Amino acid sequence: MTEAVLAGAPGTTGEPVLSVRDLSVSFRSDTRTVHAVDGVSYDLRPGEVLAVVGESGCGKSVTSMAVMGLLPPTARVGGSIRLGGRELVGASEKELRKVRGKDIAMIFQEPMTSLNPVLTIGRQIGEVLRRHRGMSRKEARARAVELLDLVGIPAPQRRIEEYPHQLSGGMRQRVMIAIAVACDPAVLIADEPTTALDVTVQAGILEVLQSLRERLGTAIVLVTHDLGVVADAADRVLVMYAGRPVEQAPVHDLFGAARHPYTRGLLGAVLRPGGEGKRRLPEIPGLVPSLDSQPDACTFAPRCGRADDACTGGRPGFMSIAPEAGADAPHRAACWHPYGVDDRTGTESPATTGATDEPTVAARPDQEAGE
Amino acid sequence: MTTPQTVPAPRESDGTSSHPQPPVLRIDALERHFAASGGGTVRAVDGVSITIGRGEVVGLVGESGSGKSTVGRCVVRLDEPTGGTVHINGTDVTHLSRRTLRPLRKDFHLVFQDPSSSLDPRMTIGQIIAEPIRLHRQARGEAVRTRVEQLLGQVGLRPEHADRHPHELSGGQRQRISIARALSCDPDLVVADEPTSALDVSVQASVLNLLADLQRDRGFGCLFITHDLAAVEYLADRIAVMYLGQIVEQAPTAELFAAPKHPYTQALLSAAPVPDPVEQRSRERIVLHGELPSPLDPPPGCRFHTRCPLATERCRTEVPVLRELPGGRQVSCHLVGDDGTAPDAAA
Repeated sequence: MTEAVLAGAPGTTGEPVLSVRDLSVSFRSDTRTVHAVDGVSYDLRPGEVLAVVGESGCGKSVTSMAVMGLLPPTARVGGSIRLGGRELVGASEKELRKVRGKDIAMIFQEPMTSLNPVLTIGRQIGEVLRRHRGMSRKEARARAVELLDLVGIPAPQRRIEEYPHQLSGGMRQRVMIAIAVACDPAVLIADEPTTALDVTVQAGILEVLQSLRERLGTAIVLVTHDLGVVADAADRVLVMYAGRPVEQAPVHDLFGAARHPYTRGLLGAVLRPGGEGKRRLPEIPGLVPSLDSQPDACTFAPRCGRADDACTGGRPGFMSIAPEAGADAPHRAACWHPYGVDDRTGTESPATTGATDEPTVAARPDQEAGE
Repeated sequence: MTTPQTVPAPRESDGTSSHPQPPVLRIDALERHFAASGGGTVRAVDGVSITIGRGEVVGLVGESGSGKSTVGRCVVRLDEPTGGTVHINGTDVTHLSRRTLRPLRKDFHLVFQDPSSSLDPRMTIGQIIAEPIRLHRQARGEAVRTRVEQLLGQVGLRPEHADRHPHELSGGQRQRISIARALSCDPDLVVADEPTSALDVSVQASVLNLLADLQRDRGFGCLFITHDLAAVEYLADRIAVMYLGQIVEQAPTAELFAAPKHPYTQALLSAAPVPDPVEQRSRERIVLHGELPSPLDPPPGCRFHTRCPLATERCRTEVPVLRELPGGRQVSCHLVGDDGTAPDAAA
């Protein structure tokens, strides 16, 4: 797949540090094959924040795990993942171990399960530094104090002696970030980093991530289902549906003029605090399809109000929406009938007519019980 | 922010009785203290009072550890209050025995956050919904099945779903089943504890629409417990905000969002990100410093003073009481004037 150069965020320049091309991941068992990720491509430049958005099962986390080389042996990975010129797909575990934690690092949703409960915070941060940087115990300790300070933990000298259970959820997530950036990685993958946290704590974590990219130039892949977090932190957004990319755009274009009906549905269904108060929320009818097959069609077609024979007859390419903008346009979508640039309503439901393949019994969604 | 709208007065139910009916729920000075393992007392809920009129939806909002779920559990008597009273339809249920409480249980029901752990995986959907109907002798024989099918229709599912098991349904469908079960005996009060928090955005929208429709049609009172300000704004007539076991502010929904008075409410509203990059990036964000104090040893004076950007000497020593303000609002903050003039925590 030839990929156009995507415009980076303001202030981000240079060659991509991470290039994902036509990535596919499938899991095979005796009875079925699940195609979790199917044809995902993106570029990430230094200091850039790319949000990967979608609902449960859309493949956003599997994509990140593939990039980290953390998928189980049952997973079959295709396509290409290049990190600073080094190919990661097919790399040996030994090679990956040299890269993980040093050039690319990851933080997870639940910090408590990622931290070792019987080791002090200082020891856990030091472990990375001793392994990848060959630091002595003393050097590692001094650097650990600096890192805790960087992620905004008060009294770091005292904190490095503490154990994970002595910290709050927000502080634990800051420790995870400190471990992740200990070796100054070029890329940080943050998989739902604030989902388990309260909103007032979330605000602090998002500020830490923001300061990392400003002070260290870290490029961040922010995996989330929360469009509020995306609006807050992302430069560019990749929307996924049923394992496939459906739309990619700079953040303002995505929220202001989404082209794909699924993106519009998602933006319409999201709640806005301090918004219109009591009102009926637009819904997306139907259910997410099974990932057992890779249909040569648009996978959103059964739930889409704009769908016709073209949508069920062939898979739409993930391409620039406006041909006149050239092949390197930053805004692209996989849709046969995208919304036009002037349809700026942004929040309408794509499918008000209920284009489901079964006759509707009651005028409510979610009733197609096929799973 | 939109212009403040008037909050609809609490709706009367069918109007079968001509004299004024007691509120569906009256919580008075509710306390739930736990003995901590290392000695001392965890004051999880420490003097909470809420009244819910017939057909009224009250949102109870707070962050983890605020005690909001414990309030809900005390109301439906999954937990035993250590102080205060709970009246449902005028009956004091605070310390009723399980046996005396049982016939009253048809009047109130709970919807949990996670439908996959609150539905018995071995029962069919039909059995799950029919159980309360049979236990409370609301119908017998064939009429039970008819009632189950009716309820399935009301929550947007088909009659044949009755023969399936919970694992055959999606998360959103399972939450619809929980709602159908909660409504099976036509309760006057539904306590919903984070009913949409485990669901995806688009599914959450449809479950919220469903709850709003049913609430309007059936007119049950509802205590809607959540950390999600946007969800509560969508459903509630009135909102109570909890911090560390106590209510710090209570107001009609539109008023609370238009002009939050308590610095904690202001911080909470400013921290919830708005799904609009232009608006979100131009907002003033109030970042709270410090940690949530332990309910084992709550701070003296105002419980919020350790994190409040505006705290004064008085806040550190003197406990603020929850005062009535004009417009049916309540707030517990020394810095809010009796006329409702409030400080700005973002300034």
